Amino acid sequence: MTEEKTNRFMKYLRTERLPHIFCAGCGNGIVLNTIFNGVELAEKSFDNISMVSGIGCSSRIPGYVQCDSLHTTHGRSIAFATGLKIANSKRDVIVVTGDGDATSIGGNHLIHAARRNIDLTVVCINNDIYGMTGGQISPTSPEGSFATTAPYGSTDKPFNISEVVKNAGATYVAKYTTNQPVQISNAIRDGLNNKGFSFIEVVSQCPTYYGRKNKLRSPVEMLNWLKSNTISLQQAEGMSEEELNGKIITGIYINKPRKEFIDAMEEVVREHSDIDPDDNINKAYMGD
Amino acid sequence: MTQKELFVQGNEACALGALAAGCRFFAGYPITPSTEIAEIMSKKLPTMGGHFVQMEDEISAIGAIIGASWGGQKVVTATSGPGISLMQENIGYAAMTETPIVLINMQRGSPSTGQPTRSAQADMMQTRWGSHGDYETISLAPSSVQECFDYTVKAFNLAETYRCPVFVMADEIVGHMREKIVIPDEIEIVPRVMPEKTDDIYLPYDAPADGTTPMPSFGQGYDIHVTGLTHDKRGYPSTDSPEVHTELVTRLCNKILSHRSEISNIETEYIDDAEIVLLTYGIPSRSALTAVKQAREKGLKVGYIKLGVVWPFPEEELLELTSNAKRIIVPELNLGQVYLEVDRVLGKHANVELLSKIGGSLHTPTEILEKIMED
Repeated sequence: MTEEKTNRFMKYLRTERLPHIFCAGCGNGIVLNTIFNGVELAEKSFDNISMVSGIGCSSRIPGYVQCDSLHTTHGRSIAFATGLKIANSKRDVIVVTGDGDATSIGGNHLIHAARRNIDLTVVCINNDIYGMTGGQISPTSPEGSFATTAPYGSTDKPFNISEVVKNAGATYVAKYTTNQPVQISNAIRDGLNNKGFSFIEVVSQCPTYYGRKNKLRSPVEMLNWLKSNTISLQQAEGMSEEELNGKIITGIYINKPRKEFIDAMEEVVREHSDIDPDDNINKAYMGD
Repeated sequence: MTQKELFVQGNEACALGALAAGCRFFAGYPITPSTEIAEIMSKKLPTMGGHFVQMEDEISAIGAIIGASWGGQKVVTATSGPGISLMQENIGYAAMTETPIVLINMQRGSPSTGQPTRSAQADMMQTRWGSHGDYETISLAPSSVQECFDYTVKAFNLAETYRCPVFVMADEIVGHMREKIVIPDEIEIVPRVMPEKTDDIYLPYDAPADGTTPMPSFGQGYDIHVTGLTHDKRGYPSTDSPEVHTELVTRLCNKILSHRSEISNIETEYIDDAEIVLLTYGIPSRSALTAVKQAREKGLKVGYIKLGVVWPFPEEELLELTSNAKRIIVPELNLGQVYLEVDRVLGKHANVELLSKIGGSLHTPTEILEKIMED
């Protein structure tokens, strides 16, 4: 008999909820591992972490983690997380979202949270497709890629989410693929340690829908496809628009701290109030 | 603290009511005619160690207050018709997840952008069932600046007691009207209660069939999972079981409907011998009461019922109060919304008549008196 080896991160899971709903070969498992790894590397604890998500495959991740978790409406995770974080800024908040959730229906909340530089760590799993609803195009689907709503190939121009978030004012933005778990873990560590809006985009594989529609049927084929299209920010510098078409540009887009939203707000509060905002934590439970 | 007298507008009274109820978190988006509430909260909250945030739209405003509610705060947003429309999906989320939130809706002429600076009561049905699905909420309708204060406090207490969205359904007139109000020296507020810690598996939604459970805040070690999906007693998604869904959704409705008598807030005048009853809510109550008094001076047996709480609809109380009535007149600033519910409940024993007015102005007492005088 072979000895059964338990994953060292099992302790962070709501094991009673297993098996999970993710398809075989889905990138969500890799990302969940990197979240656990990043939390440990940042020396944070799930006792002090809340997770928030929206709707979609990636948004199911927090439901499997042993911590307080808020599974919200489609696109709105960052809005809910904004209120949760302000209500008790002592706690770390990790948002897990996807390309459709964060950038299509939730695009407005994403850019405004980045503008405010509120202290959230957002992990966006970008698989270029709507998985939960069965494989429709998303704002990041490559031009010409096939989906159930792009049977003749997508004619939409995709955007580079990380570039958008950086330009909206986020203070930490990094982008990698599921082929780069070490880099993702380090980025999540740095995102958690950055006091401000941190955005970690993970380009991931959806063999079930993206793969099936685009002749990349196995997870390995998909990972190799991601790898073959991956270049670094440094490599991208000398490349033409044409050469960059379809490329996944990875690396740290920005790491430039500036004043955090709640810190700035509470400076004003402390200037105008005898009551410290910290004394109002869990105010709903107080009698007067 | 002693009793305080103020001369303020309804919007300010709502803001003061929220603060008196223990609210220290506001998220909102500017919209006429409710904007003053956001402005006042942005000024007052920082002086009380609280947080004000102007969000990018109404969808995120309600998202933020729901998040902050789970973060341990009493929360409020204020808006008007277009904003309430945008908030609908998350109102359903708050109902499904049993999140206490208070929404102040300063109703204005509608549909669509309508009449931003004129009054209406045309969101009454939307406040009841505007989001998709079966659910119940609580709606209060202030008719004076004093009630803007009192009902906002009451809204927070009801939100905590029943763990649901509660609406203060005011309107442009009461929001911008200035009246003297009295802020009492002691205000009854209902604090949230942290659940007891257990060595067994914690079941955050293990509630009686017509009730709810104590609500924890995030960060207290409960490791609660909150989802808008149909969930079991543990809070975990359970989307395929007809039993789990039926039990949950029925309870969410019954926890409010079965307490409608306790929640109700009915005021009456001249009701004992009344053959004609003015059944009102919100701002038309003011004209209605004047008209009823004028009718009494003429010797007519006319009575007055004002609903402070419109939803849940207080069926039993109204059946009893109007058992001798022959005519029931419902003045509304819409083309007939609450009238339909009055007719459903009371139409079997009395003739229920709508006195509709839209366009932005309030019914005058004379208009109501003329309606009373019709045979």
